Amino acid sequence: MLSITLVINAVYVVCAALFIFGLKMMGHPSTARKGNLLSAVGMLAAIIVTLLDNAIVSYQWIFIAVCAGTLVGILAARLVAMTSMPEMVSLLNGVGGIASLLVAWASIHDAVEINQLMLLVGFLAILIGGVTFSGSVVAWAKLSERIAGRPLVFAGQKFVNLLIVTAIVVCGYLFVTQPQLDTVTYAVVGLALVFGIMLVLPIGGADMPVVISLLNSYSGLAACAAGFALQNNLLIVAGSLVGASGVILTQIMCKAMNRSLSNVLFSGFQSVVSSDMVIEGEVKPLSAEDAFYVLEAAQSVVVVPGYGMAVAQAQHALKELQDLLEENGCEVAYAIHPVAGRMPGHMNVLLAEADVSYEQLFEMDEINPRMETFDVAMVIGANDVVNPAAREMQGSPIYGMPVINADLAKNVFVFKRSMASGFAGIDNPLFFKDNSNMIFGDAKDSLNAIIRQFDDD
Amino acid sequence: MTGIYLLFILMLAIFVGFEVIRKVPATLHTPLMSGANAISGITLIGALALAGSESGSWSTWLGAAAVFFATINVIGGYLVTDRMLAMFKKK
Repeated sequence: MLSITLVINAVYVVCAALFIFGLKMMGHPSTARKGNLLSAVGMLAAIIVTLLDNAIVSYQWIFIAVCAGTLVGILAARLVAMTSMPEMVSLLNGVGGIASLLVAWASIHDAVEINQLMLLVGFLAILIGGVTFSGSVVAWAKLSERIAGRPLVFAGQKFVNLLIVTAIVVCGYLFVTQPQLDTVTYAVVGLALVFGIMLVLPIGGADMPVVISLLNSYSGLAACAAGFALQNNLLIVAGSLVGASGVILTQIMCKAMNRSLSNVLFSGFQSVVSSDMVIEGEVKPLSAEDAFYVLEAAQSVVVVPGYGMAVAQAQHALKELQDLLEENGCEVAYAIHPVAGRMPGHMNVLLAEADVSYEQLFEMDEINPRMETFDVAMVIGANDVVNPAAREMQGSPIYGMPVINADLAKNVFVFKRSMASGFAGIDNPLFFKDNSNMIFGDAKDSLNAIIRQFDDD
Repeated sequence: MTGIYLLFILMLAIFVGFEVIRKVPATLHTPLMSGANAISGITLIGALALAGSESGSWSTWLGAAAVFFATINVIGGYLVTDRMLAMFKKK
């Protein structure tokens, strides 16, 4: 007999395949949009077929919640500015986490007969979901500068954290052994939320790419744990796909900073490494006019964007300059460091918004071998990712980090607001090199000044 | 035995995930993240059954709240990913 449960699960198999195909098509920019659509079709099929479930007897609340959620989702996705994408992704991670928490909570509350394994995975889903939610909210607040982006640490924080972890373990034990106690559930939910806050507070703004990737993976793992609690295959498959994606991104980000994950998560607690090496030299400021003369004569230019480009919203001016340079017969390439910006791929999205072809964007390893051939390297709002100290100064806090070797280009223009050092708080010997010049001021204004020179010419 | 069977699925899915996602180029990492995020909104299907049951009112409320958040995750995630991917153009 063709039971409804069988039909539902058969459709779930197809949905899982659609998710995997969708992600596979994300492997290339030309197929990615179709891949996303495929994955969305899988999701829609899963939702529709789930609504046929006999266990659903009342559609009233489902209808209201789905409508409200759809409205918020559409508005958020339509209204968010491309420059606020890190905040948006971070919040989406957060809502995914809280949804998994609530599902696990409700399923345990609901269960007629419950075994300890289900309680254990339910506990994990609540814990991971709660950490994802509150951690993402803190990350969002840091990214949107509602709270300070620097690592926030206070005296006794380690002790407090130890206390929280102990409390979580104790409550976890009680949760599994005495599921009838509602107070324990409240305590677990509360502790998970506090733990998420404590985890992200001590992490600085420049390490946000790692945090967002990690929270992304947590949101998947939370769904996965909820899947175990509900014994739902599709939740497990989809959740682990997302978990894997987040783990891979986290690894890439950590590798690009030459740091371990634990170093990123806990380095806020260490005293700042002060290097006794003094970098001395003189910086050479350059006017927009002089920059124009060099750019006009250049055959090839490489642009190295960083978070400063996002802050100044300079991507459109940059594209305008690129067009002028190309009209002039100059080759323009973009060199993107994996941790440039505040999330993985941040620069690529901004440049795509400004209509820069993705074929002109190169990864660090592709561009470094031919850096010497470029006439000009324009460093726009990037600092640590082009710091030659990572290559040549043993003992520098960033020694060993893979960087874009902008200093090897024939000329280097550094677009910079002022002489403040980057997030890592270290001086950048690039600024003092013989072949580098500083163009001080807001990146967008400086670029526009150069563009005006082209127009006047 | 069910637990073991679910663990099998978990293990295979993780391997598939690693193999598929490792091939995504750096330029698409942000859409990958938001797209994957929309997929994690799959909790919605778990939430639907809970919100639609008539058992305890407390779990119905929790379920309805979960449906709300998961829907934001799904709709917002897919739409914003699509919006970003539409911008990735070849010359």
